Amino acid sequence: MKRKIPLIITFTVGVLLIIAEFIPHKPFGTLSGELEEWFLVISGFAIILGQLSLLKVNTFKIKYKQKDWQYSIITLASFFFMVGFGLLWGTGKSSGIFGHGEVISAVIGIKPFDYLFQNVYQHLQATMFSLLAFFIASAAYRAFIGRNLESNLLLIAAVLVMLGNTTVGGLLTSWLPESLNFLHLPKVSEFIMTYPTTAGQRAIMIGAGLGIIGSSLRIILGIERSYLGGE
Amino acid sequence: MIQFFEAFGIWLGAFFTFAIFSFLYKDNPVYKIAEQVFVGLSAGYWFVYTIFSIIIPNLYNPITQNFSENWIKIIPAILGVMMLMRLIPKTSWISRFPISLVIGTTSGVLFLRYLKSDVINQMTATMINPFIGGSWVEIIGKLMLVIGTLTGVVYFYFSKKHEGAFGSTARIGIYFLMISFGAAFGYTAMARISLLIGRLQFLLGDWLKIIGP
Repeated sequence: MKRKIPLIITFTVGVLLIIAEFIPHKPFGTLSGELEEWFLVISGFAIILGQLSLLKVNTFKIKYKQKDWQYSIITLASFFFMVGFGLLWGTGKSSGIFGHGEVISAVIGIKPFDYLFQNVYQHLQATMFSLLAFFIASAAYRAFIGRNLESNLLLIAAVLVMLGNTTVGGLLTSWLPESLNFLHLPKVSEFIMTYPTTAGQRAIMIGAGLGIIGSSLRIILGIERSYLGGE
Repeated sequence: MIQFFEAFGIWLGAFFTFAIFSFLYKDNPVYKIAEQVFVGLSAGYWFVYTIFSIIIPNLYNPITQNFSENWIKIIPAILGVMMLMRLIPKTSWISRFPISLVIGTTSGVLFLRYLKSDVINQMTATMINPFIGGSWVEIIGKLMLVIGTLTGVVYFYFSKKHEGAFGSTARIGIYFLMISFGAAFGYTAMARISLLIGRLQFLLGDWLKIIGP
């Protein structure tokens, strides 16, 4: 029962959704719409499960004084501040348990949740990603060493695309006559993006698409069962 | 008071910006604190977002406002609670039922979506006559588009050993893939650098007020 019923559910739901695409009338059309709404709600619970799991892991870390347990206090405190502010006074246009928090908003300027989001979360997120600019530079050094034809193509395409999208790139080839306009760096960059890059992306999309179709069929037919766990 | 909190917010942003950038020197406690704050706030943000944008409009509101028409939504609510059972090792098997529904829905939806958008539509877009209309640059480009897509797909066919004519075709596919990866890398590098410029603008503009907006 623990394995067979989930397999039957997966098969039924998967087949129903595929049939509904070809027969969009009752009951298939409405059923597929309803199933997609259920999916959304269950996915919401899955996100909550993730947060609760994070809480569990960090609480255990503090309880058993594991390595670097002090940092878990900061994680939990940040989590509770964000959740507390959001649930108590709401976010944006949504109201929380205590309404829109007009009193506290009058002091801070905006809702506490939005204040944390704008002044801490957004800065942390942008800086985290901008940090990658430094690491991508070292990765580029390793990736762009022209050892063979493939790495040379990678190097040339990346350099031309980057140059073509900057003002300097445009200035470098601005002296070219009209007849050689196609060699103007922004044009070269556009050409690379429109044709060879699209060709490569398209091949990847078709390959990955066929792979996903195959995997979906394996799951629906019960051949692939790893999502059920080992027990 | 509002001015104070505005200024305090900018100082908070500047502190956390420097805290994250301190990692460039080496891993340190200040960076770790900022990292954990980021993890906690992210989890909190998504928790609140899920409640306000998914659970309340799709579950709570329909059930509380019009139960007779939306009683069926009790089923996803029960399945959602069953999903949370995963946290308790003894009852974790119960979560297989909602997971199977999510997996089944995802498989059915992805099967159709990828068949249409990533296979049929892409193949249709590639079936063009490169020699019709346009300048010679466009004709060369369209030829590259057709050849690149076909050879790229050949490269992804792993059921046959890549040797002989088949191997040579696959090799041409690799060249197109490399150009594609190079362009994608270039764009990623540029996006990261523009984020870095954004951070510097914040520090020099909003925080230190050395540069204008």
